[in-house]
Order: sequence, then C-alpha cells, then structure tokens
Amino acid sequence: MIRFEQVSFTYDGAARPTLDRVDLAVHEGELCVVVGPTGSGKSTLLRAVNGLVPHFTGGRLTGDVTVDGRSTRDFPPRELADVVGMVGQNPAASFVTDSVEDELAYTMENLGLDPTVMRRRVEDTLDLLGLHELRDRPLDTLSGGQQQRVAIGAVLTASPRVLVLDEPTSALDPAAAEEVLASLTRLVHDLGLTVLLAEHRLERVLPFADAVVLVPGRGAPLVVGPAAEVMAESPVAPPLIELGRLAGWDPLPLSVRDARRLAGGLRLRLDGARPPASAPVTGARLASAASVSVHYGEVTALDRVSLAVGTGEIVAVMGRNGSGKSTLLAQLAGVRAPTSGTVRVDGADPAGLAPRDLVARVGLVPQDAGVLLYGESVGAECSAADRDTGLVPGTTATVLERVLPGMDPERHPRDLSEGQRLALALAVVLAPAPPLLLLDEPTRGLDYPGKARLVALLAELAADGHAVVMATHDVELVARVATRAVVLAEGEVVGDGPARDVVCHSPVFAPQVAKVLSPDPWLTVDEVRAALLGEPVRG
Amino acid sequence: MTRRSPAPSGRRGLHPGAWWLWAACMAGAASRTTNPILLLLIGGVVAFVVAARRTSAPWSRSLVVFLRLGLVVIVLRMALVVLFGNRLPGHVLFTLPHVPLPSWAEGVSIGGPVTAEALLQAFVQGLRLAVVLLCFGAANSLASPYRLLRCLPAVLYEAGVAITVSLAFAPELVISIGDVRDARRLRGRPVRGFAGLRGMAVPVLESAFDRSLQLASSMDARGYGRRVPVSRGARRWATGGTFLGLLLVIGGVYGVLVAGSLPGGGIPFVAVGAVLVGAGLAAGGRRTNRTRYRPDPWGAPEWLVSASGVVAVGALVAAGVLGVAGLQFSVYPLALPTLPWLAAAGILVGLLPARVAPVERRSTSPAADRPRPTDGPGRGSHPAAAPSARPVVAVEPAGADVPVGRTRGRAA
Repeated sequence: MIRFEQVSFTYDGAARPTLDRVDLAVHEGELCVVVGPTGSGKSTLLRAVNGLVPHFTGGRLTGDVTVDGRSTRDFPPRELADVVGMVGQNPAASFVTDSVEDELAYTMENLGLDPTVMRRRVEDTLDLLGLHELRDRPLDTLSGGQQQRVAIGAVLTASPRVLVLDEPTSALDPAAAEEVLASLTRLVHDLGLTVLLAEHRLERVLPFADAVVLVPGRGAPLVVGPAAEVMAESPVAPPLIELGRLAGWDPLPLSVRDARRLAGGLRLRLDGARPPASAPVTGARLASAASVSVHYGEVTALDRVSLAVGTGEIVAVMGRNGSGKSTLLAQLAGVRAPTSGTVRVDGADPAGLAPRDLVARVGLVPQDAGVLLYGESVGAECSAADRDTGLVPGTTATVLERVLPGMDPERHPRDLSEGQRLALALAVVLAPAPPLLLLDEPTRGLDYPGKARLVALLAELAADGHAVVMATHDVELVARVATRAVVLAEGEVVGDGPARDVVCHSPVFAPQVAKVLSPDPWLTVDEVRAALLGEPVRG
Repeated sequence: MTRRSPAPSGRRGLHPGAWWLWAACMAGAASRTTNPILLLLIGGVVAFVVAARRTSAPWSRSLVVFLRLGLVVIVLRMALVVLFGNRLPGHVLFTLPHVPLPSWAEGVSIGGPVTAEALLQAFVQGLRLAVVLLCFGAANSLASPYRLLRCLPAVLYEAGVAITVSLAFAPELVISIGDVRDARRLRGRPVRGFAGLRGMAVPVLESAFDRSLQLASSMDARGYGRRVPVSRGARRWATGGTFLGLLLVIGGVYGVLVAGSLPGGGIPFVAVGAVLVGAGLAAGGRRTNRTRYRPDPWGAPEWLVSASGVVAVGALVAAGVLGVAGLQFSVYPLALPTLPWLAAAGILVGLLPARVAPVERRSTSPAADRPRPTDGPGRGSHPAAAPSARPVVAVEPAGADVPVGRTRGRAA
C-alpha cells in the first residue's frame, strides 16, 4: 500500500539527509507504528507519504514514494487527498472550518462527493468516533481528546485507504487515548484501512501494532518487522518491554494481558519482596493555593481548589483532558489571577509580581513549549536566557546538554522537533533554578532516554529542595518520579495522596508494571530490577 | 452540483445570504437619507434584530465592535470640523485661534470660528456612516462568515477562503499576543512599555505565520485546490464575463445610491451585470468539482427576511423619487427634523426578521449540552467505545471541558 524505494530527503540548508536511502513497504490493512528517538525523522517520514514532504516543505527528495500505486512525484498532496488521510501533531492547527460537522465534511466537499454520500458518511463517522453529541459545537470549545477525534474523523470521511497519524495520543489522557486507539484498531479490522502512526508513548500503541518501523536516526538504516522482534532490539522501549527483557521473556509480550500470563515466574522470584516504601516528603511549605476558583465565562475551570506544596516534593497533577490541570499551573505561575481565592508562592502573590521577580520564584514550561522560544538559534536562546536572569554565561547551555545532549547550537528553534523544542524550553526555565518548577505535559514528544534524563534531573532538583508540580497524562512518568499525585476532575480535587497509592488503585492511571504485577504495588522496572538483584541478600 | 442533501434533521438557522441581503438593504436605506431621526431608527431596528436573533457564537459580538467604530467615526468627524473648520456660517459656538498656513496650502485652514451648524452637519454625516457600519456589523453578528463562504459559487470559493483566512488572522493575532505576553513574563522579560512591545512583535508575527503555514499544509493535504481540466476558451469566457458583469453591477449600484445619475436609477445596469456575472461564474465553476455538504436551504423565512430589507430600502427610494420632505436634513434653519412617515414605516418593516427568522440551534455553552451523568457521550450506542469501556472514570464527557489549545484561558 505504501512503498518507499531508496528515498533520501535533505531539508534546504541541512548538512546531512534526514532520510537516507529508506526502503519501506507497508501492506494493506496493517497498523504500523513508527518508533525512534526524538528528532530522528519520524515526522518527515510520515509527511513524505502524501507528498507534503517535499511539495510543501521544500528540500530535495530522491527515490520514489508510492501510495496505492500513485507516486508523490506526479501527484501533489491535494491529488492524494482521497487516498491518504493525514492527521498532524496539533489537530487544532489543522482545522479549516469552525464547527464539527462542517470540518468532517470539508475533505469530501473538496473531492466533489455527492451530497447524499457526504451526509451518510458524516453520520457514520460521528457514530464511529463518538462525536454525535458534539456535531454543532464550534471547534475551539472542544477539549484536546475531542479535537483529536474530530481531526481523525475529518480525514476518515473521505474514506482514504491509508491513514497517517503523527503522535495521535500524546496530548490525550490515558482513557481518551485508549478510545482513539480502539477506534483506529476498529478501522483497521473492519474497513481494512492501512494505518501508519508515529508515537512516543509506545506503551499505549504497541498492543495494537502489527508491525514496527524503527527509525534510529542519524542516517542509520530503518529496522522493519513484527513488533515483538523489533522491540527486542529497540533503543526506545516501553516499561512492559523492559520488564520482559529483565525477566527474559520470549517472545516479548506486547500487551499487559500477554505479560500477566508470563508473569507467574517473576512473581515467584519477587515473592516476599516489597517495593521500597517511600517516606512521605514533608518539606517546608513553598507554595499554596487556598480555595481557588477560576471561571471562564460560564465554564468553571477550577472549583475551590486548595493545594499546598512543600520543598522536595514532586507533585503530579492528573485528570482527564479539560479537568483544570493547566489552569491550576497557570494560577501557581501567576499567569492568570484567580476569580476567587488566594495563591501564594514563597509568601508572595505570583500574579502581582514583576516578571523579573517572578522567574526567581517560579518557572513554568507550558504545554506548547515553543511559545517560550524566540531566539534566532539554540545558542542565542541559551545566552539570552542567561542574560535575562543574570546567570553566568553558559549555564543554560550546560543544563540543555544534560536534558538533551548533542543539540546543534546553530539550529533555529522553529526547525527543532517537538521533543527537542521541549528540551530547550526546559533548559531555559530550569537554568535559574527557581524554587518552584511547574511543568505542563513535560514528556510530550520526548523519547524514553529523554524521559529518563528528565526523571534524573527532576529527582536531583527535588533533592536540592526545589518543589516540582507537573500536569501530566504520562502515568509512567508519574510512577518513576512523583512523590505525590493529585487527581482533578471537573475542576475539583478528587484525589490527593502518595503517588504509589493513587496510581496503583486507579485502573486508568496504573502504570504497566503495576498492571502486570498487581496486586503487588510495584511501579517501575527499576524497582523490580533492584528487588531481583537484592534477592540473594534477602533470601 | 447544488443538489439538496436529504432533508436536514433541524434547521441550522437562516441562510447567511438572507442576513447579508437584509443588512445590505438596511445600509442602502441609511445611505439614502440624512435625517437623524430616520438614521437612528434604522440603527435601532438593526440592533433590535441582532439582539433578538444572534447566537452565542464568537462572531456574534462583532456588532459591539462596529458600534464602537461608528462612535469613533462620529467623534472623529466632529473633531475634524472643529480643527479645520468648514466655514459654514451661523451660530458661532466658540472660536479657535487661527493658524496661518503658507500660500501653497490654500484652501486648508486650521482653527477659526466653530458654528453649531457645522458641528451638527458633521454629526449627521458621521451618524450616517456609523449606521451603515452598524448594518455591516449586524450582518457579521448574525451570519457565520464560514457559512457565508460555503454559499459562494465554486469559482469564487478559493478566493473566498483566502479572504476568510485573512479575516481570521486578526483574532489569531490577539490570541497570539496574549500567548507571547505570558511567555515573556515566564522568561522574566518586560511585558510593558516600548521594550516589551519591540520584543513581542517578532514572535507574534512568527507564530501567526507558522499557524498560516500549518493551515495551508492541512488544506492542501485535504484536497483544497483540486482542478478539473477545462478548455482555454471556457476559462477566458468565464473571466471576461465575470469582469464585465461586475463593472456593470458596480456602475448600477452607483446609480441606485446616487439618485438621478443613471437612466432608470441604474437598475437595468445591475440586472444585466448580474446575469453576466452569473453566467461567468457558472462557466468558471466547471474548473472545480467541489460539492456542498448540507447546503443552506432558501425557503420562506429567507424570502421574508430579504423582502423586509427590500421594502425598507424601497420606501426610502420611493420617498426620494416622490420628493417627500424631511428626507434630507438641512442645518438651515437650526430646528428639529421632521419625520417623513412613509420612510419611517418602510424602515420599521425591517424589524420583521426579529420574528420570522428561525433561531439557530447552535450552542457554544458547554453547559447547555452537558450529557446526563448516567450516559456519557453516546456511550454504548457506538461500538467504538466498547473496547475501552472503563467503569471508574468516564471517558471524555462532552461537557465540562474547558476549551483547550490556543483559546484556552482567553474566554474570560
């Protein structure tokens, strides 16, 4: 269905090709997952499928990409719209119309389909993706998960043979992500759709994958094959695969269900061992929100939320899309003033502080990290950050080297991948070492090594007496680093406690290791590894 | 191509074309008179209809924007008269010091006596412009710009998209400015004053540009601009016909607005021009094979709404032709204007849409369509949700969602 033959692609002005002599064949009816480290060229590969690379981006492409027998050499993206449906990383940026129903019909209108057919397909798609309650809603009032489903629906109505998705679940909460993935599997099974998707949260997509394409980056050749085989060698692997490698399972299980069947031996080996009981962190109070309510027009984003954060704590704020997580962070960061209630950070109201005093107390990395960056190059951005906050020149660059090593200081921030941009924004905010660090979805677009570096960095900051509050859907991140978890629902705090208790007891927020080894409250592969190594001592 | 789709389950509000026609007629009516009472009447009628039939959609607030713009126009007009004077004799209110200008600037004067007559005339002229603006504000508030775009003939569609995208640029810019301000604050940089302004311009424009590129690539990937091969002759005929027709229409409209400048009040020109434009557009439309999803029907309410506008402007044209006194306001003598009853009655017919236009069922308030807690957003009714059915935390309830993404937090 999709065929790459000796495809090389170099962006204008780039020193080395992003894709180098790529050969790839994706067969009809396959759900194929593209994995690879941050910035390895996954998005470029996906965008080459319908010719957006190079027709839209410029650059030089050699070799041949064919989809359903049509070559992108002869057909521009618009002439492939009936064959390839493309869903980008940021669905909101791809919306052309203003309401759900019109958006679903847009592609079909361009294809010149019969009105009767259009009407029927829109109704089908509304049902298929569970959108019919939203059919009249303006698109900008939808939550992230809803927007993602509308974006998928909008390309599905044209009944393409191939669906290409770039990080379709990275902005979604675990439950919404599963709903989107379940819809995709259904499309593959029932309609014979070919799906090619890139995703960093492999734990979410691997159970559904027929094949995996590993893009190692730096010009190394692609590895293509059945998921279990490729993952055995992959440098990026979800906790489930790592657990499988640790326990020596063969073939590697791709779903929690398969793993539980194989986990009997591991449970026996772990028998008697308990995960280290993490002592509750009780630092001095650093920031607090007292009975904070925020209203946007008729919408209540936060409803009398009270929260105190002490030094040394890493608090994970969880909850479904639109539950008020980002709003809570914006309050603590002083970006917005609450409708009622008081916010205190280090004894001051953050909303009333001058920018310079604010950064000395709070650092926030927003969801769209790119808004923090406006330097001409990575290097310029780093030195500007040093200047802004009066740091020793080079501090930010050093922090960046820790978060994501080997970034070219000459590159323009806009040319970086989503994950690289996030790393740069993190470095800029982390450099002045603010006592309170706020992170909104810090792992969006980060690969597993990147996440591991972030985890190490956060743990170190917490040990130094910083407090971290992060809003995240990434349960694996919470499992690895959070000391405390707060669950928000509809703007209210519905759960607050030690991270282990909160995530282990929730079917939605439980990490993979906990699901495999439940009822024992193991959270991470590292804990299991430590327990296994310690076995002889305890035995 | 314009075949109707199966009967829609519910009306989606009045055809945007009808709203625009009605508003254009009201604006036309305003342009035919300088009587401040009639002008205020037109403004009142328009505002009343908007208040009665507007939705809670984002664009429905544009009336207020246009109202403010109108006030600015009036104030500006009067201020200019005070400053530059227009030498209308009459009751002098006050005298500004006269600034002598060099001889090459003859005809322009700064300062001098300001008369009540001059001020009043400036006010009335400003008012007329303000009411015309208000009519366009009303059309903007009542009809979704996107839906109006969908009604454009196929050949104009692509130009229309370009216009809509550029119109959407302004609100995007406002959002983007907010984002950049927040980001600068988070980076510890000044957000106020000249330094703040200078540092913000580049990132704001950059992000707006980025957004346009993303939108363009998305539109391309979704088939925008697909072409059907058409002969060269047909293309030429389409272009030429449309161009000539538009010229005729513009000339004819001038005749309608400026009484007595063209034979037949310019109406024959408009008619012939419209036919030519129609033929040209139809010929050009063969180049694209775009179809319409659920085209807005043109039924009885649309006829009534447009007719009410035509009656309003017709009454004023008729009053002008009949030479009814009081249609044009004169500052000599300084007195309250009289009310021409024929014209006033015609304008009041323009209130009809407030009754006959159907109420749109679109709702933007998430609270309004919050699903009942017992059954989620179609939970169970569509099999796609079944594999992920999780009893503990309902998946993505449709309600209660704060808008995310670029608009988050800006509703306040």
